[in-house]
Amino acid sequence: MDSQMMTGNLAAAWGARLADVDYIPAFPITPQTEIVEALAKWCARGEVAARFVSMDSEHSMMTAAGAAEVAGARVFTATSSQGLLHAFEVLYSISGWRAPLVLVNVSRALAAPITLESDHNDVLAARDAGFLQIHAETCQEVLDSILMAYRIAEDERIMLPVIVNLDGFTLSFTREPVSLPDPEMVRRFLPPFRPSHLGFTASSAQALGVAVIGGTSYAYFRHQVHLAARNALEVHGEAAESFHALFGRRYDLVEGYRLEDADDVLVMTNAGASKGKAAVDAARTQGKRVGLLRLRVIRPWPAEAIRQALRGRRGVAVLDQNLAPGQGGILYQEVAACLYHEPARPRALCSFIGGLGGQNLSAGEFHAIVEQTAEAGVAGSGLGPVLLYSAEEHREMTQLQMLAGGHA
Amino acid sequence: MWQRETFKKIKQIPREEHVLPGTALCAGCGGLEALRLAAKVLGDHVVYVNAAGCFTMLAAYPYTSFKGSWLYTTMGSAPAGAQGVRDALDVLIAKGKLPKSEDVKVVVLGGDGSTYDMALSSTSGALHRKLDFYYICYDNEAYGNTGMQLSPATPYAARTATSPCSVQHPAATAQEKKNIFEIWRAHRPPYIATVAPRYPLDLEEKFARAAAFTGPKMFLALSACPTGWVYDPGETPEVAKLAVETGLWPLKEAINGVVTHTYIPKRKPVEAYLKLQGRFRHLFEPTVHTDAIRHIQERVDAYWQQVTKEQA
Repeated sequence: MDSQMMTGNLAAAWGARLADVDYIPAFPITPQTEIVEALAKWCARGEVAARFVSMDSEHSMMTAAGAAEVAGARVFTATSSQGLLHAFEVLYSISGWRAPLVLVNVSRALAAPITLESDHNDVLAARDAGFLQIHAETCQEVLDSILMAYRIAEDERIMLPVIVNLDGFTLSFTREPVSLPDPEMVRRFLPPFRPSHLGFTASSAQALGVAVIGGTSYAYFRHQVHLAARNALEVHGEAAESFHALFGRRYDLVEGYRLEDADDVLVMTNAGASKGKAAVDAARTQGKRVGLLRLRVIRPWPAEAIRQALRGRRGVAVLDQNLAPGQGGILYQEVAACLYHEPARPRALCSFIGGLGGQNLSAGEFHAIVEQTAEAGVAGSGLGPVLLYSAEEHREMTQLQMLAGGHA
Repeated sequence: MWQRETFKKIKQIPREEHVLPGTALCAGCGGLEALRLAAKVLGDHVVYVNAAGCFTMLAAYPYTSFKGSWLYTTMGSAPAGAQGVRDALDVLIAKGKLPKSEDVKVVVLGGDGSTYDMALSSTSGALHRKLDFYYICYDNEAYGNTGMQLSPATPYAARTATSPCSVQHPAATAQEKKNIFEIWRAHRPPYIATVAPRYPLDLEEKFARAAAFTGPKMFLALSACPTGWVYDPGETPEVAKLAVETGLWPLKEAINGVVTHTYIPKRKPVEAYLKLQGRFRHLFEPTVHTDAIRHIQERVDAYWQQVTKEQA
């Protein structure tokens, strides 16, 4: 198949285009904007048969997206960071409406201080919203995950919205070769959206999002969201199987890299995992038996797949590109929780926090992580949360503080 | 002179009800009366897109007051919800996925708290995009569902739970009511009207006229509120009537921005309206706040003098 060089953002736009969406409510925000710009252009030219509407905020954008989806349209939209948080209450509404739309989030660190580059505090803030979450490592995976996301979301066993996440800058603006799937084959993978129990029509009325009185009804409906999300573990497997058969690329809940004989394992997500894989290769050349586990599907939480991958290891380091102040790494907590009942759990579970706001992860830092995790594994005692901050970063920051204080 | 064309006699108002009885709303709710009358023109082929407020209780699982559809959104984005539903219906019809006969009207239902405050951006967006929808604001001049707190729709001198009488503010609310009609009108939607349920023919006529326009059809409905305004529920018709007869609640419409007053009251003194309601009782007891009452009267007089000038 022919490959084209394209950014993660353009790959996301192609995902929506190939999914033959009906409706795209949009609002610009860096680093996502290129996605909606591409879609606006294609809609204007008639190359995408969707209605594109510029909304007045992400809050309105997500409301329009969810409302259109429950009215029976296939909906795509995208945002980042502050925009995702501006729309936050609507995320819970959309999952409660059981609206199977797809939202691309281009991760960007949250203010304050205001910044543009990536970390995952934005998308992980939405981890309890009832959206499924797929975190992509490459531009190809962004496109493919959007197609898989619609297939999973619209499955009658699921009927939940999905966030497909990609890193701002490192993936959104990086060109990689991307193979565009044949539209006819995409239609085989993803049939047209024909929801059997959504829609507001003259002959068939429905009341949706209605008030409930008391916890009996409330708990019932939220339990339904949870159970449907759990169903996605199986449905994702079916979608992955079918996608592989049609397109030759295979995506599982988690991805193992050089895990077979690994004593120690790095756990990472998103585009940063590519750097992690390079660090694994470097450590391997020094004879260290290290591997990497990339968490791809974050919701539903693939506990069993994680247990299987980490069972019997010596040291495991969770490298969180996020920070829960006063706690530590968000994914570390979840990984730790799912290993508690594993008899052959790793001897040490270490927590590292790095890459905040686009902060560099240097080869030296990866080297230190690998060393310290191995030592912790030997000692049988965990480590962290370690806030990664190199001597070079410290020097640079000291200079900036001197400038800020007028002492330069 | 404004003339009703469709609704000339009270008998012309359809007897069929589209808002079913037995709601959880307060007895004597003036807003519900306005909605009941509006629905007689709107019919059942409707999706109501609701913002958080009193009317949210009209659809409480497993009941709904409507034969038509309902979507509860958020407090700040019901017009965006209307945008999504309208656009989806249009796209599905255009693509042949939905027969035109299945189309429904999209109607936002929001209180004054949502309308004047939180949903203003969302409403402005919908107006700017010329969304083809109805917007009904039931205006009871305070955050009612949470127990009557100050909203920008609260009139000067009304007492609310968060604008009480004090030594600093003996007349309670110090601000004037926000002019949402003019804010809407600045966007030039094809149709805007104020209505009061005590003037049912005026109300029905306006909904009938609005139906001819494509684009935003905006309604501001006086919603006399016994619970919050503190009067006996049986007095809602009298309160609603006096709001209009004193000139405090002008009945008017704006077609493509051109304003017409649809009823010119003889204008009773404002005391007649204020005295009926507990939220204004501090203006009369234990001492009479002559200045505050005069201020309200002068504002009304100035408004209608301007109307007369513009008509001349």
